[in-house]
Amino acid sequence: MLRAISKDWLGAGFVTVIGLAILFFVPVLFDLFEVLQMTKYVVLALFVLSLAYIWGFGGILSFGQAGFFGLGGYAFAVSSINMGQTTVPFLIAIAVAALFAAALGYFMFYGRLSDVYLGVVTLVVTLILWKLINHTAGPEYVIGTARLGGFNGIPSIPIMTLPWQPDQEMEPSHMFQYFMAILIGVYVLLHILIKSKFGRIAISIRENEVRTGLLGYDVRLYKLAIFTIGGAIGGAAGAMWATYQTFVDPNIFSLEWSALCLIWVMAGGVGTLFGPMVGVLALEYLSFQLGQTDFINNLIIMGVILIFLVLLLPKGLFPTFRDFVTKHWNRRHE
Amino acid sequence: MSEPALLATSGLTMRFGGVVAVDQVDFAVKAGELRCLIGPNGAGKSTFFKCLTGQLRPTAGSVVFADQELRGATTHEIVRKGIGIKTQVPNLFDGLPARENIALSALQNHSKKRSEEITDQMLELIAITALANRDVGHLAHGERQLVELAMVLAGQPRLVLLDEPAAGMTAEERGRLANVLRELAGDMSLIVVEHDMQFIRDIATEITVLHRGRVFLEGDVAEIMAHREVQEIYLGKEANGAA
Repeated sequence: MLRAISKDWLGAGFVTVIGLAILFFVPVLFDLFEVLQMTKYVVLALFVLSLAYIWGFGGILSFGQAGFFGLGGYAFAVSSINMGQTTVPFLIAIAVAALFAAALGYFMFYGRLSDVYLGVVTLVVTLILWKLINHTAGPEYVIGTARLGGFNGIPSIPIMTLPWQPDQEMEPSHMFQYFMAILIGVYVLLHILIKSKFGRIAISIRENEVRTGLLGYDVRLYKLAIFTIGGAIGGAAGAMWATYQTFVDPNIFSLEWSALCLIWVMAGGVGTLFGPMVGVLALEYLSFQLGQTDFINNLIIMGVILIFLVLLLPKGLFPTFRDFVTKHWNRRHE
Repeated sequence: MSEPALLATSGLTMRFGGVVAVDQVDFAVKAGELRCLIGPNGAGKSTFFKCLTGQLRPTAGSVVFADQELRGATTHEIVRKGIGIKTQVPNLFDGLPARENIALSALQNHSKKRSEEITDQMLELIAITALANRDVGHLAHGERQLVELAMVLAGQPRLVLLDEPAAGMTAEERGRLANVLRELAGDMSLIVVEHDMQFIRDIATEITVLHRGRVFLEGDVAEIMAHREVQEIYLGKEANGAA
């Protein structure tokens, strides 16, 4: 696995170039509605990267990634309404999600929770957050000038502005490009991290946690750092989601979001960064198209597709495609 | 005045409910010593190793290594103090080549460049250069044992615990391993758990016999091998009038 990783700088460069092409050409080639739709995919692609990294490159299976997504969204909503700008709130959203992930991770990893219990705890904590925010409908639940709104959510969240220019609200096409730049930046940073000493040790933890500890590495500290990074990315995605929708409600913490995130990673391919982003795009686009038909429930079709994906392509879409291409390339050049 | 021990346990005890796997073990190894630890299955040898490396928290007693108390320390802290372990079942990163496995160990204390140099040295020392680029998940058991030993040595420990290192090896591999262990003794301390008596004769001068979690006997090879009760323990009979 590590050997394969050491060979894929080329792949990462290719993905980055494709990403930059999308960043520059989508606003030119597509209409407003399509740009908005693709902005949504970009936000969700960042969200899925948070799980793709911690699961695929640290072996931490979190069933509650929506918790960080939601915390980022709410932190951004509250702070941007209070501050009248979006740059600092975006950083606050990342910090809040990261700190929460660090605190939760500390109890889980230093409490020596096994993988199964870790999954259960992350799921339950997210559901607690969902329940908690749902019960903040009363007027007493207010932070500064921002009412939490309980199940009604928080409306009128400021639209993302240009960094440090609170009066310059972004046009949809600029927001797409800004979010796309963030996505590319996070992808590249994660790739560098995976290639670093930290990344090699993270992968060794995924491969064999006991042996990694027996080599003198503090497994708990590494897992905490990996989990916190995942939380921070989830928080950034949540903030972007909140400003994209200009609205956030407790459903951002729902089990549905956590489950979707898992499904996207599984469909795209665990152990890759690019695959889960493809998974988001493919499944969300499919879901959108099916949602426009009324002759059959799109959830049923999605369920059937997912069952086939898991049974026929257990590695996921991208690794299967990559293996297929590599195999034929090698055959042709033997 | 006798040479101070590098590692010393005192009253070390590990209970699992009503079962006492390690029972008040007093044990000491000097710097540079090669000690063999023998005993029938269930004698507590592997549990003893796990207590030394922090994988199990001893119920009672103390472990002192290089004048520092290890009880309560975590596994990675103990390893960083200079104790390495080759486990009974080779514990490797199966998806990675042998070279990467060894380099990950060296990387703990050194830069990437230096860790690659150490990796090459270890591959040569254990004579497994031919296996360097093969995924360890595809290697034979004996080869995996050698890769794990190279991995442990790449961490440059002062004390190495080897749990059945010769198991599953060919005669040639066993001979090579015995030579390596004899060469290493003196530069570092080694505690070797092994059932293969011929292998023990090849490498050991001092032997400790564990039986039912207790130190049953300590002595040189000839003395231990000739001891009637030790032979009875290994043949499965009760050791009447245990020492």
